[in-house]
Amino acid sequence: MSFFGFGAGPDIEITLDGEDSRKKAVVRTEGGKQEAYPLYLDGETVSGEVKMNLRKGSKYEHLGVKVELLGQIEVYYDRGNQDCFLTLHRELARPGDLLPNQIFKFEFPNVEKPYETYTGANVKLRYIIRVSISKRLSLIVKEKEFVVQTLAQYPDVNNSIKMEVGIEDCLHIEFEYNRSKYHLKDVIVGKIYFLLVRIKIKHMELAIIKRETTGTGPNTVNENETIAKFEIMDGAPVKGESIPIRVFLSGYDLTPTMRDVNKKFSVRYYLNLVLVDEEERRYFKQQEIILWRKMDRSRKTFQAELQQQYKEMQNPNIQFSSADPSEDALSAENDESNLTNTDETSPITNGKSGLESESSAAIDITDEELVNGAAALQLDDDVEG
Amino acid sequence: MESTRRLNVKKQTLDDAYAAPANFLEIDVINPITHGIGNKRYTDYEVRLRTNLPVFRVKESSVRRRYSDFEWLRGELERDSKIVVPPLPSKAWKRQLPFRSDDGIYDEDFIEDRRKGLEIFVNKIAGHPLAQNEKCLHMFLQDPVIDKNYVPGKMRNVQ
Repeated sequence: MSFFGFGAGPDIEITLDGEDSRKKAVVRTEGGKQEAYPLYLDGETVSGEVKMNLRKGSKYEHLGVKVELLGQIEVYYDRGNQDCFLTLHRELARPGDLLPNQIFKFEFPNVEKPYETYTGANVKLRYIIRVSISKRLSLIVKEKEFVVQTLAQYPDVNNSIKMEVGIEDCLHIEFEYNRSKYHLKDVIVGKIYFLLVRIKIKHMELAIIKRETTGTGPNTVNENETIAKFEIMDGAPVKGESIPIRVFLSGYDLTPTMRDVNKKFSVRYYLNLVLVDEEERRYFKQQEIILWRKMDRSRKTFQAELQQQYKEMQNPNIQFSSADPSEDALSAENDESNLTNTDETSPITNGKSGLESESSAAIDITDEELVNGAAALQLDDDVEG
Repeated sequence: MESTRRLNVKKQTLDDAYAAPANFLEIDVINPITHGIGNKRYTDYEVRLRTNLPVFRVKESSVRRRYSDFEWLRGELERDSKIVVPPLPSKAWKRQLPFRSDDGIYDEDFIEDRRKGLEIFVNKIAGHPLAQNEKCLHMFLQDPVIDKNYVPGKMRNVQ
């Protein structure tokens, strides 16, 4: 790729060490296509080489060659302002001439990669290696993307979510989900228990909603996506009935919950329970769940090796996921779980639903209504139109 | 599998399982009758309600209402409640013009269509938890005469 170049510059080839054997992760690109890139974890060294392909016998004059490792956040509606939360660089060559088939090696040791690669509706976060050759009036640049995933271990505290909600005198239910924090291949097991049913319910459904928030204050943009939706009950329940819930998360395209990434964006997940009555009125209760990424089984020996390396280097800043508690611990250290270090101080048993205006068009059943006796309801526009 | 086993549930009592459902509410708009003669005619309908919902003061009621009463109710709800009120069957202005070949608004088929529309309208509203809280709805459904000078308000105390 050549900016303002006169004629073709050298063909820059970037390869990462061990690229063939390194695990790849598939990422959805902005255009919707799937691409696989080499996968790196937090703390891993990123190294490789840069090869300049020039015609035999020729030489290429330049004002400097450097390589950078960049972590960028790009908000789609503000593309000019890329936020670089990570910038590391190395000089590869001082001003001079490039000769054919020169190979430059680079190494960025133990790079801290605090965030996960993410491609979303309005924002994306990515990591790249960028090689640039300076010329007098132009810059020749080549980029190579790689993917970062953030791993976590089983949280110390993972209470169930259990709540009684309803509309005074009309509908009281108790819902329960077995955990508040789920890993991406987990199963949500729960139940809905009916305490009072004075409306004519036709069916009940459960949806997983992803909410991507970009911007701050008045410029906040929320993008809601329904990842999955399915019916969990058909027909009219009566008092005392329990409806089971079982949702296998591995079938869906999910990411870990990301809160306030570099103060630029958040990605959060919600379970939306909706009851529909015979007049198509929708009564709903939204509840946030925390999603986290568990280490793959195949990765464990590789991780064990790396952990050994780091213990030797005695670098206390590096965090690695350890095996889950039911197996032999690979790590003697009590790594603090990423999840218990969040700003959540109490288990999510008293959470209030975080409703946005678009979803509040349907009838919200929160525990506040039950306590106050007030029916602060709104009707779904579709129903009466 | 242990990790996907159902949660423990409270067993439903037989009383609860076989009790009458607590959501019984049936409203019919029936028996249209056209009163009077010539220019001074009007049609009204029986609005019959049967329910076991505690919010209704009377469990069985029957009142007669005309189209303009339904319009009144719709206006009250639009002003006082937060719901999007469903539409009424049309006012049928054209049918009220003279020199028609049929009976205009006293035509049997027209009355039947209007009756159906009014029944759909009242069922949609009466089943809505927010509308059930409005005094105007209860007066419309259960009081023999609608007092248009009433004080609008809610049935349950709102804090």
